[in-house]
Amino acid sequence: MTRHIRHAAAFCALLLVALLVNAARVQIVQAPEYDDNPANRRPDIARYQQPRGDILVGGEPVTGSRDTGEHLRFERTYQAGPLYAPITGFASQAYGTTLLEHAEDGLLSGADPMLAPLPLWNDVTGAQNPGGDVVTTINGDAQRAAFEGLGRHKGAVAAVEPSTGRILALVSTPSYDPQLLSGNSTAATRTWDRLNGDPDKPMLNRAVRRTYPPGSTFKVVTTAAALDAGVIRDLDAPTRSPDPYTLPGTRTRLTNAADGCRDASLREAFEWSCNTVFAKLGADVGVRDMAATAEAFGFNDAGLRIPFAVSRSSFDTSVDRAQLGLSSIGQYNTRATPLQMAMVAAAVANGGQVRSPYLVERTMRAGGSLVATAGSRPTREAMRPSTAARLKELMTGVVEKGTGANAAIRGATVGGKTGTAQHGVGNSGTPYAWFVSWAQGDGDLEPKVAVAVVVEGSAADREDISGGGMAAPVARAVMEAVLNS
Amino acid sequence: MTKAGTGTGITVAQADAPAPVTRLPRRRGIELTLILMAVLLSVFGYCNVGLAQHGTLPPGAAGYGAGLGVLALLAHLAVRLRAPWADPLLLPIGVLLNGLGLVLIYRLDLETPGDRAAPTQLVWSTLGVGLFIVVVLLLRDHRVLQRYAYVCVAAALVLLTVPIFFPAVNGARIWIRIEGFSIQPGEFAKVLLAVFFAAYLAANRSALAYAGRRVWRLQLPTGRVLGPIVAVWLVSVGVLVLERDLGTSLLFFGLFVVLLYVATGRTGWIAVGLLLASLGAVAVGWLEPHVHSRVEDWLHPFASIEAGQGPNQLAQSLFAFAAGGVTGTGLGLGHSVLIGFAVKSDFILATAGEELGFLGLTAIFLLYALLVERGYRAGLGARDPFGRLLAVGLSSIVALQVFVIAGGVTGLIPLTGMAMPFLAQGGSSVVTNWAIVALLIRVSHAARSQAGQAGPADGRVAR
Repeated sequence: MTRHIRHAAAFCALLLVALLVNAARVQIVQAPEYDDNPANRRPDIARYQQPRGDILVGGEPVTGSRDTGEHLRFERTYQAGPLYAPITGFASQAYGTTLLEHAEDGLLSGADPMLAPLPLWNDVTGAQNPGGDVVTTINGDAQRAAFEGLGRHKGAVAAVEPSTGRILALVSTPSYDPQLLSGNSTAATRTWDRLNGDPDKPMLNRAVRRTYPPGSTFKVVTTAAALDAGVIRDLDAPTRSPDPYTLPGTRTRLTNAADGCRDASLREAFEWSCNTVFAKLGADVGVRDMAATAEAFGFNDAGLRIPFAVSRSSFDTSVDRAQLGLSSIGQYNTRATPLQMAMVAAAVANGGQVRSPYLVERTMRAGGSLVATAGSRPTREAMRPSTAARLKELMTGVVEKGTGANAAIRGATVGGKTGTAQHGVGNSGTPYAWFVSWAQGDGDLEPKVAVAVVVEGSAADREDISGGGMAAPVARAVMEAVLNS
Repeated sequence: MTKAGTGTGITVAQADAPAPVTRLPRRRGIELTLILMAVLLSVFGYCNVGLAQHGTLPPGAAGYGAGLGVLALLAHLAVRLRAPWADPLLLPIGVLLNGLGLVLIYRLDLETPGDRAAPTQLVWSTLGVGLFIVVVLLLRDHRVLQRYAYVCVAAALVLLTVPIFFPAVNGARIWIRIEGFSIQPGEFAKVLLAVFFAAYLAANRSALAYAGRRVWRLQLPTGRVLGPIVAVWLVSVGVLVLERDLGTSLLFFGLFVVLLYVATGRTGWIAVGLLLASLGAVAVGWLEPHVHSRVEDWLHPFASIEAGQGPNQLAQSLFAFAAGGVTGTGLGLGHSVLIGFAVKSDFILATAGEELGFLGLTAIFLLYALLVERGYRAGLGARDPFGRLLAVGLSSIVALQVFVIAGGVTGLIPLTGMAMPFLAQGGSSVVTNWAIVALLIRVSHAARSQAGQAGPADGRVAR
């Protein structure tokens, strides 16, 4: 019997070995595969186990975290959700992250290895860093002025500091409260479905993720190209352009809203926004120089990150002369984000230099120590300094005695350009009202702010839609807010 | 001479012998030390959970340690009094596993505030240790049980049958529920059946091994001898299939085959046993939908995820084990509660795997292995066939049960509901396991005291 007991014991030992080998398989060999299974909730639990870092505007957090006591413990809160939604985006347990919450997620969630006190420290201790904070370049007053200025209209505002590229305001309306999406409750699902089903697309960030035909505001680019190329030498010389202007190689006759555009000087044409003059000017400059200037301003660049991606503004380079004429007055295939048009105004204000725009001033650890700063951004010459100076003159004229009078600010020099962009099949869509401008306080050494405003008019006020009427007052409010702060 | 030499009159008689006398030491001091370490380890785990979850020592730590300590000391005193030659490892392993189980259940209680299981489990543990003490004190000689073999089998069958008349819980009719108090009688039946098998085979092993016809290389026993045992086995397995408790069914079958092999020494039994087992497994797996789905889950643990229904319990269990990795997340820091239902009972090992890691899991497996090994050793040392078969049977119950449930929750074999001995929530199981340890201690005491008192002159030493 002894021998057989030993055999039975050996059998038990075999069972033990099988268990150990299998445990090693599950816990060591296949563990990475199991850990990465999308149905495994542990990464989510770890992620929401601690409060998320904050996004700061003017030294004050505009975000927060709420302890729900649930499995996914901390939920994102927003102090002024709709106001800052085009900057923060949302951080949802159910729907992921967008915009700054997405671009800086590693830092905010604490996963970024840069947050560790020592390299590899956390790998050894298994600890998790508290989330870091993101300090933005946003000017709270300007942001609020833009948001309130747009009011119930659909539209967007982008404002930058010309000398640095710091983004001062980024507004998109209608907006939404990202806090409603933070959790993973059925209420969040309902909000998600409602927002996605809304024809006004409240979650679309119109300031950077939507392109509009820039209309007459693009004439700033066309003017820069014409002056740089030497097609125009004297702002006050007649341009020898007909009215109406028949687009080259077609029978399409282009007309103007204003009278007196025949043979108008560039100064007059800019103030009155003569389509005929600028279409001919663009065709005269030629596609190569027009495209080069547009691209120097930032058009056709799909790689811009602020740090979240900005949609590509486009200037079509494979066009005939008629299409080039239309492209040069911001129609045809020319499209721009509001941020891109703010960059155009900023380039004029900054002596022809374009600063790459950015939204994050610096990132910090929870204790307040620095992780990274924005530092100096790359700069690019969009036009000669002399061209920029003459364009400043032209844009100032628009505000002083042209279509942009609504943007004038007492105690400051303001330059601007209006635009009313047609769109839709046969221009059937309600036009977009544009205004791009910059402002320099009388006591300042350089322009402090460049801004672009677009308002999507509604059918009810179709007759009143104009850049000067609807968009310029919003731009003025934003510029005033920046100059006063 | 070791400390074991102090005491009995026989020692004096032996001292006259010319040759140096080596004698088995009693090792009760070692047992006491190990018990204290087991209690301390459990209290340490308990504190660890509190620190990890709230950053403070849990308020009940002292009471918990004192309670477990008193229980263990009482058990130790009973052993010292009535089974002084017993193996010194059996009791400490029981205390450690029981204490660890309480820690794990307490830890999971923190995640399920509406459902506190640890206090109840502590009460059951007390009852279990109480039964342990009663058995150690009152059962002077394990051979007495041999007389009650048929009483045992009758009782076992009654216990197995009773739950059929109670409502099914989660698909299995294995519970008796009276006023919120639930008992799983099948657990007690295990021990009773082991006693019966051991007694019956001890009495009839020669007849089984040598009588009867020989067919090819297989020695077939006479029907008269084999009849009753097969009948009992068939009835118990039949009842279990009706109750849908396949884990216990598998356990009984394994126990039956192991004991038959050990008693008769016929390799043919293993062949027949494996053949029957595989036939039965295929048939049941094919026909019975409940079992069929378990097999499907085992083959494709993530099928429900791919079907968009989220991870099932086995998938969650595998996630938990994987999350533990080599060193584990630390007590109180895992998320095995995601397994949901039965996380404190059938799936308790997943919590150990996640929070203590592969190393902790290995330690737990080795504790069980040590328990089984000491049981087998007691069986080897016993002189009477009944004692030998009883010790082997009881140890095999532990071994098979650990394999079936641990293999189930780690995806080695299809999952069948069963309690991890000592660790899992479940009063009947804890009480039964203490009874098993008590019986092993009795057999071990008998084996080692005979060997120790007889000395080397007898030519027998404990193996």
